[in-house]
Amino acid sequence: MAADGTLVAGAPAAAGSGRANTMQRFARRRSTIAFLMALPLIALIGGLVVYPAGYAMWLSTLNRRMTANIGLGNFEILLDSDTFWMVIMQSCIFAVGAVIAKALIGFWLAHMLHHIPAKGQRKWRGMLLIPWVIPPALSTLGWWWMFDPSYSSINWLLNIFAVPAVPWLGEPWWARFSVILVNVWYGSPFFMIMYLAALKSVPDQLYEAAAIDGATGWQGLRYVTLPMMQNIISITVLFSLIVTFANYDIVRVLTNGGPRDLTQVFASYAFQVGILSGNLPRGAAVSLFMFPVLAVFAYFILRGINRRNKEQM
Amino acid sequence: MAQVHLRKVVKEYEGGVQAVKGIDLDIADHEFVVLVGPSGCGKSTTLRMIAGLEEISGGEIDIGGTVVNDVPPRDRDIAMVFQNYALYPHMTVYDNMAFGLTLRKFDKGEIKRRVENAAKILDIGMLLDRKPKALSGGQRQRVAMGRAIVRDPKVFLFDEPLSNLDAKLRVQMRTEIKKVHQTVRTTTVYVTHDQVEAMTLADRVVVMNHGKIEQVGPPQELYHHPKTRFVAGFIGSPSMNFIPARLEEVGSGLVVRMTDRAVLPVPAARTARYAPHVGRELLFGIRPEHLTEPHPNEHRPSIAHFEAAPEVVEPMGMETLLHFWVEGHEICARFDPAVEVAPGKLAAMAVDMDQMHLIDPKTDLVL
Ligand SMILES: Nc1ncnc2c1ncn2[C@@H]1O[C@H](COP(=O)(O)OP(=O)(O)OP(=O)(O)O)[C@@H](O)[C@H]1O
Ligand SMILES: [Mg+2]
Repeated sequence: MAADGTLVAGAPAAAGSGRANTMQRFARRRSTIAFLMALPLIALIGGLVVYPAGYAMWLSTLNRRMTANIGLGNFEILLDSDTFWMVIMQSCIFAVGAVIAKALIGFWLAHMLHHIPAKGQRKWRGMLLIPWVIPPALSTLGWWWMFDPSYSSINWLLNIFAVPAVPWLGEPWWARFSVILVNVWYGSPFFMIMYLAALKSVPDQLYEAAAIDGATGWQGLRYVTLPMMQNIISITVLFSLIVTFANYDIVRVLTNGGPRDLTQVFASYAFQVGILSGNLPRGAAVSLFMFPVLAVFAYFILRGINRRNKEQM
Repeated sequence: MAQVHLRKVVKEYEGGVQAVKGIDLDIADHEFVVLVGPSGCGKSTTLRMIAGLEEISGGEIDIGGTVVNDVPPRDRDIAMVFQNYALYPHMTVYDNMAFGLTLRKFDKGEIKRRVENAAKILDIGMLLDRKPKALSGGQRQRVAMGRAIVRDPKVFLFDEPLSNLDAKLRVQMRTEIKKVHQTVRTTTVYVTHDQVEAMTLADRVVVMNHGKIEQVGPPQELYHHPKTRFVAGFIGSPSMNFIPARLEEVGSGLVVRMTDRAVLPVPAARTARYAPHVGRELLFGIRPEHLTEPHPNEHRPSIAHFEAAPEVVEPMGMETLLHFWVEGHEICARFDPAVEVAPGKLAAMAVDMDQMHLIDPKTDLVL
């Protein structure tokens, strides 16, 4: 019996392993080709990301004149400075506040758009995307004019309704609010478009099933839409956190970090310290502080996505 | 459980397309009614109006004594099984089935009891912790049915629930659905385009065509006494043969004359019924199963004999289908597989004229 078994099983196995060999060789050849074709891109990424990052790390260990290596000295000085702690706090307020607002507004807009009939939808979608396609340095300049203490058009409007003028960029909390407002204005369309795509990918029949199961509109949103969109929401939030954390132009153009460095975020502060004050190594150290903060965010968000993928797919 | 009444129900989509053109239908308590018809005839639209997923453009739908035209789906107390199951991908099988009860604020113990009971009926007890992704098509189908059963609604609605399954599983699930209905006895409206499903499942079949009801009746009645040419052709597989023929009087009896060589006598019992139509050009209809090999022991006077040479012979195992042409009309006969037949060779055939139909080509009504 056993001999028969091996005999019978032996023949196709041999044929199979022969095929597997050629297949393996083929795969190896394909991956070699793939690697060669991707090489220019890998080199480009190496040149544009890895090299500057490595260089920044090395730079951050030098003294101001860049004549001696002082190890972690720059980091120690930064952690001892009140201004830097304020920058960390402001960066977090700015990034987290802006991302939450962008996500909520983006979701709301996406939901509204999703329920507009297809014909009108294109028009509205196009218009709502405008803030996102204008170069932020330009549009921020526009906002700066609207916030200007003496000519503020927003204050002018408020005055009509008998609301007192607001010191948009002069008072710390209003200035913080203003930079977030501009970032939200600029970034919401991105969330909107991502969420709109995600909404469209939820099959209508799920809503019909939920409606028959007894769900109201809100319950449909809570139990069907949101869970179905969870991954897209996580990914856009992570992506936006990274970009918003590293945001530079809005703060630079709108407040230039003021009043009294209270609206500085990592990127603008790094620029301030490294270029404007001429302490390049310390500027590098400031920007490197973004890494651990982002790494923590990324870890938790990606872990959630991974877990859900394993469960659902 | 409840009765369902449709009164002059109309569905008009924007653009003026009338998908459903005023149908009347009364469905009794506990009844299993199947809507059947070709693609685009308005079956799904009708079902979705009962569910409340489509607005009703005209007429009235009444479920359990309440007119539900303006009642949203969640308050109609119905459950629906969709063609692609529409299970919630992010919920486990248990949560999928429990969802409707959770929303209706049933207590935990009751939900558990009902879900486990449904799982037992459907034999999916071991799948309760899985997500829909990890289920086969047949298992998803069961879960979708479970979701309907736990609700214990007034009416079950099914929209082509088996059409995504392979042929074997479809037959199995068909039996399953019938079994479930016999257990829970909930009033059911079931949509399909497959007439075999319709015949096997239904207490009553509703044949629809072009947004109208052609005929309503128990499966056997539709099979033996179709009222229109459409129903005659739609019910039965392979479908009924139609051949233009002239009704003539010969002596005291009637005959149908297709060609000079093909003249078949009408059974005496039908003489009175057909007499007013003598001399007219009509359609002669006969099902393939009533066009068979001659049986030596069969001596009923209504059996007529003739010979024809089949051009195509299709052995199906349990039967052999013969196709031949009369006056350019394809005719299908159904032979016992034991009978030797070959394409191009004359074969003796017997027609059971008791099973014949005559159709008025002007009105398409069966006479
Ligand atoms: N949203 C819509 N707008 C316009 N016409 C529609 C719409 N939905 C369906 N129809 C039309 O209504 C008619 C009936 O559609 P319905 O879906 O009820 O057909 P059906 O009998 O279920 O067919 P099938 O067996 O293919 O599912 C079709 O002619 C279809 O084109
Ligand atoms: Mg349909």
